[in-house]
Amino acid sequence: MRKTKQIDRRWLFLLIFFGVALPLIFTIGLPLETTKNVHMVYDLIDGMPKGSRALLSFDYDPASMPELHPMAKAVVKHCFDKEINIIFTAMWPMGVQMADDIIEQLKDDYPDLKYGEDYVNLGFKAGGMITIQSMGKNFREVFPKDMNGSSIDELPIMEGINNFSNIGFVFSLSAGAPGIKEWVQIAHDAYGRPTSGGCTGVSAPAMLPYINEQKQLTGLLAGLKAAAEYETLIKTPGSATKGMDAQSIAHLIIIIFIAIGNINYWRDRKALKKGGK
Amino acid sequence: MKKTLIFLFIFISCFLFSQEISFNIKDKPNDDGAALILSWDTSQIEASKIIIERKAPDSDLIIITSSQEVVGTFEDGTDIDPGIEYNYRLSALDENGKVLHIVRTTASSSSQWFNKKKISLLILALLISVSIVYYIFSAKSGKDLYIRKIGGLESMDESVGRATEMGRPILFIPGTLDLDDMQTIAGLTLLRRLAQKAAEYDAKLIVPVCRSMVLSTAKEVVKEAYMKAGRPDAFDPDSVFYLTDDQFGYVAGVDGIIVREKPAANFFLGAFYAESLILAETGFSSGAIQTAGTAMPSQLPFFVVACDYTLIGEELFAASAYLSKDPHQLGSLKGQDFGKAIFIVVLTIGIILEISGVHFLKDFLALH
Amino acid sequence: MKRKIPLLITFTVGIILIISEFIPHKPFGQLSGELEIWFLIISGFAILLGQLSLFKVNILKIQYKQRDWQFYVITLISFVVMVTLGFLWGTGKSAGMLGHGEIITSTLGHKPFDYLFHNVYQHLQATMFSLLAFFIASAAYRAFIGRTVESNLLLTSAVLVMLGNTTFGSLLTGWLPESLNFLHLPKVSEFIMTFPTTAGQRAIMIGAGLGIIGSSLRIILGIERSYLGGE
Repeated sequence: MRKTKQIDRRWLFLLIFFGVALPLIFTIGLPLETTKNVHMVYDLIDGMPKGSRALLSFDYDPASMPELHPMAKAVVKHCFDKEINIIFTAMWPMGVQMADDIIEQLKDDYPDLKYGEDYVNLGFKAGGMITIQSMGKNFREVFPKDMNGSSIDELPIMEGINNFSNIGFVFSLSAGAPGIKEWVQIAHDAYGRPTSGGCTGVSAPAMLPYINEQKQLTGLLAGLKAAAEYETLIKTPGSATKGMDAQSIAHLIIIIFIAIGNINYWRDRKALKKGGK
Repeated sequence: MKKTLIFLFIFISCFLFSQEISFNIKDKPNDDGAALILSWDTSQIEASKIIIERKAPDSDLIIITSSQEVVGTFEDGTDIDPGIEYNYRLSALDENGKVLHIVRTTASSSSQWFNKKKISLLILALLISVSIVYYIFSAKSGKDLYIRKIGGLESMDESVGRATEMGRPILFIPGTLDLDDMQTIAGLTLLRRLAQKAAEYDAKLIVPVCRSMVLSTAKEVVKEAYMKAGRPDAFDPDSVFYLTDDQFGYVAGVDGIIVREKPAANFFLGAFYAESLILAETGFSSGAIQTAGTAMPSQLPFFVVACDYTLIGEELFAASAYLSKDPHQLGSLKGQDFGKAIFIVVLTIGIILEISGVHFLKDFLALH
Repeated sequence: MKRKIPLLITFTVGIILIISEFIPHKPFGQLSGELEIWFLIISGFAILLGQLSLFKVNILKIQYKQRDWQFYVITLISFVVMVTLGFLWGTGKSAGMLGHGEIITSTLGHKPFDYLFHNVYQHLQATMFSLLAFFIASAAYRAFIGRTVESNLLLTSAVLVMLGNTTFGSLLTGWLPESLNFLHLPKVSEFIMTFPTTAGQRAIMIGAGLGIIGSSLRIILGIERSYLGGE
């Protein structure tokens, strides 16, 4: 049987390269519609009273930065705008640097924020699920000091935090395990704290079932599109909004090539049938 | 006058009694006796803050928590040992820090021998395990068990033969997770069979690994396979080597091997994350016949699209039984199928009950 | 005997761990956590084996000047440089053998290890990850051909989800009236991801879970011994 002639995939690579690079350089600004799951996250944070404490866990590494870093920045910004105090932590070793990077990026926008009062970085702790369980039993035993070596007893933000009881909500930015699932199983299911999260687009189907009647997950930011939607909701377009233009063009190119591939296939099949007759 | 005084006395007494705050402590259920659940209700008095202190025998009074919640609960899991009586004191304060009311109580925790929250898990686990064990041992009867064809496993011999004919090596990747993951062990099980075949056909085998523990095990598995095939001399210890723990460093290394060595057959059997498509596409571009198998649902679509054969989920774990044709192992597959039947029945009943508004099955199966 | 002892250990530990999942009482409740810590300790020592293997394989290739031996030199140099820098001046807030390296840190802006991590390693990682964009395009072009009913379903749902995840999806169907809102592409995409995709993934997870139970029982009972290298 004659094989369908396929376009050399290097042409496709070249088009994808331009399709992604050009919108990042020359912003198109395609309009974006917000979805329900993103709204749920926004409403959770927006509805928190001033002075609440949020636990943000950075459970990803540099490989997932393009998708998760923009949403992390948007969520942290929203928390700071609502005067929600943030306890940063990480269940992945490189998550600490991710958190540090976000704080560094936002420092100039919020010069009045004080470390130890408005936010704190507790650093990374190995152990995944076991560590999260231990935090629920005795937070201070798991994190006796922050990342800089200061005792948490000296930090005003940590006053009264002995487990998850005085935490307003938990938010995990997750690229795998340990991540959102573990936080849901412990922080929400065992301790009843509202839990939300952001994940890469490819992991979203595994997390979506947790958005249910029991509210195991209060909304989900899935992928770059959700990050861009969140930036739209907080009215601060950032790298995710820019990236969405690139993602949209790239998807369009893929769809066009799929169409070309199908047209070629059916044309060849028709020709074969005619030739066979 | 007398009646008025009595009425006033009763009224004031009621008022005073109704100002009592409730402070209850109970043992946390289904644990090892390391926690107590404290609950309070100070809504009857206008308290702004509560402070709870605890005193163990032979120790001082320490503050264990403070809260601005009028009604709340707290899990005290710090230094609690089962069987020891702890004295608790709750102080309700007003906004100026003045103590409005103090309540004292004692409590001790106890350790449970069975976690009642997991009873549904126990029942299901027993049902499935007993059925698997039953079918394993009943396979002794010699009855032929039907197992459907799994294309990826049937093609293993063909792949090895192809590699031998072309004089090109076979590449085997046992996943990117460590030895504590069952997918890695399933991958290594298949490595043994593949290595034996490669030894018989005299084909070169390349096994780059991502974890040091997997390195030791894989080396041992390949060596034993060569010995079993009667070709201990052909075993090259450097055919199984470590690259790096880092996910993308590993995939970069494997891609380099694929591009340079141009293996005729690639096997990706184990746990993979985002690197799955990079590996599969690079392997496709080199013209190799590719067999993949993983239980990671998010990576299966990439393997299905880019590989010639894909072992989906349980097929990876069934591979060992499928290839060995050992009746005991095949019996365990039948037990798994029985487990699947249980799931389908429970699922169907559950859907019907939920639609009817009856939630007891869902509540029973929930693990909280 | 060589085989019997590991099998006995596997059986005993396996049964105890299964039972301890249901018993919170000490010491059962802590067993799985303890064993995970033991595993971490052992794998820490095992890392040395991996590094030795890496060195040996690369040095042999350099020694015999095999094809592209220069690349193996780069591997070894990169490895030695990173280990040495981390050892001498530490990383982040941790000091190395020579302290925190204030002079070199003030010159580079970071400690040497961190400098290479942020400016070389992170970008290399991102580069490898970005290959996915190209490979997804070529895989989709090759695979999404409507040959059969199943492949047509795959093709249709893929196109709907892709469009729904872009701004074009909103543009294409944004004009639909409220009564036809369910046909709005982002909603269709969300529906496909939330229901059929999730259902399929759950089914695979259930099957895989049963497979893991079966495999684990075979290993615990000593029926499956391939991981030991034997029959």
